[in-house]
Amino acid sequence: MNTWKDIDFSNDELGHYSRHLSIPEFGMEGQKKLKAAKVVAVGTGGLGAPMLQYLAAAGVGTIGIVDFDKIEASNLHRQILFGSSDVGRSKVEVAKERLQEINPHINIQIHETRLTSENALEILDQYDVVADGTDNFPTRYLINDACVMLDKPNVHGSIFQFEGQLSVFNYVDEEENRGPNYRDLFPEPPPPGLVPDCAEAGVLGVLPGIIGCLQASEVIKIITGIGQPLSGELFLFDAQDFSTRKVNVTKNEDNPLRGENPEITELIDYEAFCGIPSTNGEQKESKSEVPEVTVEQYQSWLDSGEEVQLIDVREPYEVEIAEMGGELIPLDTVLNKTDKISRDKKVVVHCRSGVRSAKAINKLQEEYDFDNLYNLKGGILAWSEKVDESIPQY
Amino acid sequence: MAKIIIPTPLRKFTDQNRDFTTDKQTLSDAIDQFVNEYPGVKENMLDDNGNVRSYIKIYIGDEEVNPADDDTTELKADTEISIVPAIAGGCYHLPL
Repeated sequence: MNTWKDIDFSNDELGHYSRHLSIPEFGMEGQKKLKAAKVVAVGTGGLGAPMLQYLAAAGVGTIGIVDFDKIEASNLHRQILFGSSDVGRSKVEVAKERLQEINPHINIQIHETRLTSENALEILDQYDVVADGTDNFPTRYLINDACVMLDKPNVHGSIFQFEGQLSVFNYVDEEENRGPNYRDLFPEPPPPGLVPDCAEAGVLGVLPGIIGCLQASEVIKIITGIGQPLSGELFLFDAQDFSTRKVNVTKNEDNPLRGENPEITELIDYEAFCGIPSTNGEQKESKSEVPEVTVEQYQSWLDSGEEVQLIDVREPYEVEIAEMGGELIPLDTVLNKTDKISRDKKVVVHCRSGVRSAKAINKLQEEYDFDNLYNLKGGILAWSEKVDESIPQY
Repeated sequence: MAKIIIPTPLRKFTDQNRDFTTDKQTLSDAIDQFVNEYPGVKENMLDDNGNVRSYIKIYIGDEEVNPADDDTTELKADTEISIVPAIAGGCYHLPL
């Protein structure tokens, strides 16, 4: 952002940005600062998709995109950067195509990788502003800590169902006062058991659009110096009753990133910090060791005429989307309905992907001594993929 | 009656109710009344010592408050108490 005074524009660019140039507070200086700036968006999901489109259209000169995912059908109700013909393609590659179409005058750099403690400092250090549009706590703490270590502002947006949160962390104002960071607001993440699972992690499609656009606005304000960034404050939006609130975020003296001798001076294992077993190496050594059955094995049991009970621990709304004939006992109610679960034959328990059904089996084994339960590996998604293609993926 | 605004992640424990009105006069009494009404909230919001968990903040107006050291805070009829939990978005769970 230091070299903005040397920036030139082509005639095409001047046409593209003319409605910015005509805002008195913005003008040529603001536009030059945008072109000189480098912004990285971590995540091209519900938040990243709208944010990136506005940052590209606005003329941010260099935009980095970090994502490792492929586009799925379930992304399309909110990730408006993508269309149905893109399903299965790389998010960052499609994003680059779309953004370059929106604005051919900017430079898009893609990082098709998961942001980790090993690569975060190297990737984020290439940019002036970081925008966090991720969907999980380990990466949010990773981005926060990396931004503090690299001295970068972190424009944070997060969403849940109908509710969104927005703040600017680690922002240094003109008087060199550094604002609070994510660890000041939330010193610790919720334990994994309290993080919403697939059954309840839905979101109103337009909500990340709203919050993502507000993130783009904050990024542009930081770069251009126009207005007052949302530093030291948390914006809360609830779409259900259209309530908006701003609350103050104050510095926490115990923040391990701060002080003369900060407790955290290098990036840590953020999955461990968030209480999630490491996915490295011995991946399957999770505490949820339950007997499993693959969809092929389960089908062979059925084909051989073996009597097997199938229990579905998903929510009723999921059965409306896709079902494979199991008896519905939602996870929250399973311990109250043990009389419906057979003890004298094999019982296969399934959910969407196999996580909730493993939890159910754990509880039933520990508290009711069941020894005939099998977790359907990969859940109904695997059944749909490998056995019955007529069942929709969701 | 003061009002507690219930955030979305806790609404599954409050029959989807979005707020809770209380006639209590102090913040700590109001929180006690709220969590006793909804045991699921208590488990998720308070630790074993009864303190608000570190991934949840409590605000009156726009200022953070701590019920543990704020039992003399008087609640007025128009006081709004906000419970603000950390949210991450998405669907993140144990690898299996």
